[in-house]
Amino acid sequence: MTALLKDLTRHPSGRIGLITFAVFLIAAVLGKTGFTPYDPLIQDRIARLQGPSAAHWFGTDLFGRDVFSRLMDGIGQSFIISFFSVGIASLLGAVLGLTAAWFAGLWDGAVMRFMDVLLAFPAILLALLIITIFGPGTWTSVLAIAIVYTPIFTRVVRGPALSLRRRDFVDAARTFGSSRRYIMTRHLALNLVAPLTVQITLALAWALVTEAGLSFLGLGTQPPNASLGLMLSDARNLMEMAPWLLWMPAVALMLAVLSFNLLGDALRDILDPKTRRRLA
Amino acid sequence: MSLLSVRNLKVGFGPRPEENQVVHGVSFDLDPGETLAIVGETGSGKSVTSMAVNRLVDYGGGRITGGSISYTRSDGASLDLASAAESELEQIRGREIGMIFQEPMTSLNPVMTIGAQIEEIFRLQQGLTRAEAREAACKALERVRIPDAARRLGYAPHQLSGGMLQRVMIAIALASNPRILIADEPTTALDVTIQAQIMGLLSQMKRETGTGMIFITHDIGLVAGIADRIMVMQDGKVVEQGPLDKILDNPQHPYTRHLLSAVPHFSDGKSVRSDKASADRVLKVEDLSVRFPVRTGLFRKHTGNIHAVERVSFELRAGETLGIVGESGSGKSTTARAILDLVKPTSGVTQVDRTRIGGTEKPTQMVFQNPNASLNPRLTVQSILAEPITAVGRRIDEEAITRMELLLSRVGLPADSLTRYPHEFSGGQRQRVCIARALMLKPSVLVLDEAVSALDVSVQAKVLDLLIDLQREFGLAYLFVTHDMAVVERIAHRIAVVYAGEIVEIGDARELLANPRHRYTRQLIEAVPSLERRRAEYSIDSRAMPSLVRPIGFTPEVEAWLGAGEDHFYRQEA
Amino acid sequence: MSYPIKRLLVFPLVMLGVSVFVFISIRLVPGDAITAMLGTESGLLTPTQRDALRAYFGLDQNWFIQFWRWFAGVLQGDFGISTTYGKPVMTIIWQHFPLTLELAILSMLIALSIGIPAGIYAATHKDRPSDLIVRIVAMFGQSTPSFVVGLLLIYLLSVGFGVLPEMGTFVPITEDPLANLAQMILPAITLGTAFAAAVIRMSRSTMLDILQEDYVRTARSKGMSRRRVIWRHALPNALIPVITLSGVEFGYLLGGAVLVEQIFALPGLGRTVLDAILQRDYALVQGSVLFIAFNFMVVNLLVDLAYAALDPRIRFETK
Repeated sequence: MTALLKDLTRHPSGRIGLITFAVFLIAAVLGKTGFTPYDPLIQDRIARLQGPSAAHWFGTDLFGRDVFSRLMDGIGQSFIISFFSVGIASLLGAVLGLTAAWFAGLWDGAVMRFMDVLLAFPAILLALLIITIFGPGTWTSVLAIAIVYTPIFTRVVRGPALSLRRRDFVDAARTFGSSRRYIMTRHLALNLVAPLTVQITLALAWALVTEAGLSFLGLGTQPPNASLGLMLSDARNLMEMAPWLLWMPAVALMLAVLSFNLLGDALRDILDPKTRRRLA
Repeated sequence: MSLLSVRNLKVGFGPRPEENQVVHGVSFDLDPGETLAIVGETGSGKSVTSMAVNRLVDYGGGRITGGSISYTRSDGASLDLASAAESELEQIRGREIGMIFQEPMTSLNPVMTIGAQIEEIFRLQQGLTRAEAREAACKALERVRIPDAARRLGYAPHQLSGGMLQRVMIAIALASNPRILIADEPTTALDVTIQAQIMGLLSQMKRETGTGMIFITHDIGLVAGIADRIMVMQDGKVVEQGPLDKILDNPQHPYTRHLLSAVPHFSDGKSVRSDKASADRVLKVEDLSVRFPVRTGLFRKHTGNIHAVERVSFELRAGETLGIVGESGSGKSTTARAILDLVKPTSGVTQVDRTRIGGTEKPTQMVFQNPNASLNPRLTVQSILAEPITAVGRRIDEEAITRMELLLSRVGLPADSLTRYPHEFSGGQRQRVCIARALMLKPSVLVLDEAVSALDVSVQAKVLDLLIDLQREFGLAYLFVTHDMAVVERIAHRIAVVYAGEIVEIGDARELLANPRHRYTRQLIEAVPSLERRRAEYSIDSRAMPSLVRPIGFTPEVEAWLGAGEDHFYRQEA
Repeated sequence: MSYPIKRLLVFPLVMLGVSVFVFISIRLVPGDAITAMLGTESGLLTPTQRDALRAYFGLDQNWFIQFWRWFAGVLQGDFGISTTYGKPVMTIIWQHFPLTLELAILSMLIALSIGIPAGIYAATHKDRPSDLIVRIVAMFGQSTPSFVVGLLLIYLLSVGFGVLPEMGTFVPITEDPLANLAQMILPAITLGTAFAAAVIRMSRSTMLDILQEDYVRTARSKGMSRRRVIWRHALPNALIPVITLSGVEFGYLLGGAVLVEQIFALPGLGRTVLDAILQRDYALVQGSVLFIAFNFMVVNLLVDLAYAALDPRIRFETK
């Protein structure tokens, strides 16, 4: 783990990604624990639509709420939803993909055909369908995004698991009579950590985008709570009068997504033995 | 004046090639029509040297940091290839210097037909029209003895075998009658009989065209048949060079001597082991057959079977090595895997004597070909060695650790290996870890599936010596599966020759190698290069192995066994 | 069995799965269609009226029968009647689909015409400043969500040029191609940005891998020029994964870009579905989602066929 962090700091895009991510993580934690310059929900009618200043670094919105504080809160909200949904999706996908690859036959067919069904929907559409069933809210967003990404993780795990299954060390294990559980955990799962890590990082980027999109449509986080998507939606009609309302959440969202994409690229380089040699 | 004169050539890699040099001042000459063999192991710089000649090394991240490569063009003018511009090199490559590579399967563009890839060079280098180029391509294929050439032009590379593809590569390389042909391990990826065909073809081509050739190989025995001069390289330096006979008969440098004596070379049964096995039978395989179903059509209907292994029977005694020899697709590996239950035998009995050596839980163990693939990269050596123990439900106690340490020192690995990961070891060391792992449970039979084939020749020799020592010490029986006749000669007491799923000849190693009876065994032995067969003529017989796919319910006829000695039997031939 | 044929066989199975999934999902939505259709007025209905309406829409039957009725209709090309529009579902889909199709095609054209050359240029100039710039641009392109790109474009246009994109009534391309294009160009650029970024990254990385392949080395050993090696030997191989990627992206775009259609007020398929979901228009949701999934799968099938046509290894693969 520490070796991985060290490798990341040596990788040019990994370093930038790591620093950006750290900044956002701090903002998210502070935002969700209440350590914001202002209360993100408190309205101040006198201080409406003020541009960035020393008092309000990123300005204020239509209700006089501090944009910087709302941004911190919104980033926290986005991170919570992204981490939980990707966590669920990767866990579910790993189990499904691993068992599909191992047991093959009917189970594999059933799992993969069901994943084909889920993958036949454009991501946002599937999420919309799920949200209509359960009604908008934080945990619905988590569930919706998790369901959208489960098939992707299942595929990401099943492919390498199938090829690992044919590797000589699995054959060797079978000649010793190693148990199925031992082979699945030590020989398959342990070797899937690398591809899974890369995919998790990239999925986090997509989850941020999807969450923001759902909130933008009014189907994610509900007002008055802050979220990047909602802030962008609010900025739509005010962008000429108060461009900071557009710029701040737009740039924040882009940088957050960028940090995950950069980390994902760096991890791919570091964890892939082929490129690893090239870096050394 | 020589055709090519390389002086003090230095090649480095990476952004600072001066500091990361892999070829340190190599000099040699090549005369017109002469064949120079460059011999060396992995990392010797032999391939880099050859690629520096036509400057393909530039595209692999390498840079020439010193020296000269002066090439005499057909008009007598001299050109230094080391400093030539890319536009000049494009005139030289393909037209004056042709090249063939190690992996014919990946050296041709998968999305273009064979024909298009041959026509291309005629159009490029000789300016022929499309129709002319097509005709020339057809002739070129005929020249490398590809049957039915006109039709093969429309094939995609994956539709041809490795041997055929290497012929196509030779056709491309020789298309413009180059004055130099660089052959970089052109037969390493091929079966031994195919290798003989390619070598035969190359020497015929050489005679027909008078092309000078640089032949790169790790196998000094192979070049005895074709080279005029030999240059031996080690660690980026030339350790010795001279005429073929002088190098083979009177080597000066210790490394050359090592390559000639320590490394296995085939000698028609003269270097077979002289020690004897015990009389205790530990493994008996009777009528073992393995068939794989062939499914075709929309509903994956079972339409036939691949008869991968057909009624194979043999016995193995304690302390004895039975070599199973055959080419790819012969069923030798499937036999080994069936004995370990990695594939399910269709019929037959495998009996292992469990009474010997304390009656272990798993009396049969296996060592695989590729040590990189058979060790889980995420586990330490300790976890790797612990696996057989935990698999049979025992705990990793003091005794187990002691056994790990004992075996590690016995296979020649440092004591601190337990906490290290596979990638921290060299290929040979990794194979030693695999051997130690296979011995953890004190087995009586060790199945070695091409266990030394992926190793460099001098490492190969050391691992073979280790295996022989371990066999004597623990009274192990080896089932040694290999395609390499020189290796099997070194380690086997008895040999079984497998062809198309069946054992065609079996018996005492010395007897069988010196006096082969079956047509296939003879063909196999004739194809093996050897130091003694200098400037040999390899026949170009391109008979292929018969298809093993049979209809359902097909029961093959098995020819009768004929005896040729006390312990030497072969199948009658139809 | 060849891969494309296998795909073709799985096709109806997955379509059935998609139909069942959509059907069940919609039934799980709280509240019923009658309430959704009539809004507050539904409170004025007597239980008898209500039951009559339910029977009229077949809602009194159990789910299995409802599904079967609907699915039998679908198989005959009858997707039912939309409750909000009062028109056949297919008619509504065909009203909105051309816009979505046009938008998807335009975005793909933008993405491919920028992405492939830029990717190849970067790969052949690896680690030089130009490569770095292309990579940074692609990274930002990929990291900016489409709807953010759309918002920023609208803002920059209105501030920089004082013009607002024409967001009035949508003009079909058949009526006035120029006016149509004027409306479509911004959304197309918006969707094309991330698409182009993905194409750049994919073509650059595959090109880099392919330039290390043995057969490229063979081509060079024949004396081919750098340019010829790239165009004749490397590019056809590099295009294969780019085509796959583009196919998948195009398939998704055919499902309607909900957010971008929303921002630019375009009456495409994405917004139709969104509205139908919000209105609980069962027939329309079922019909259009099935239509979208069908399109997506057909596009993927075509991509696989194209793949097989380009790569002889796949064509004959039996697995």
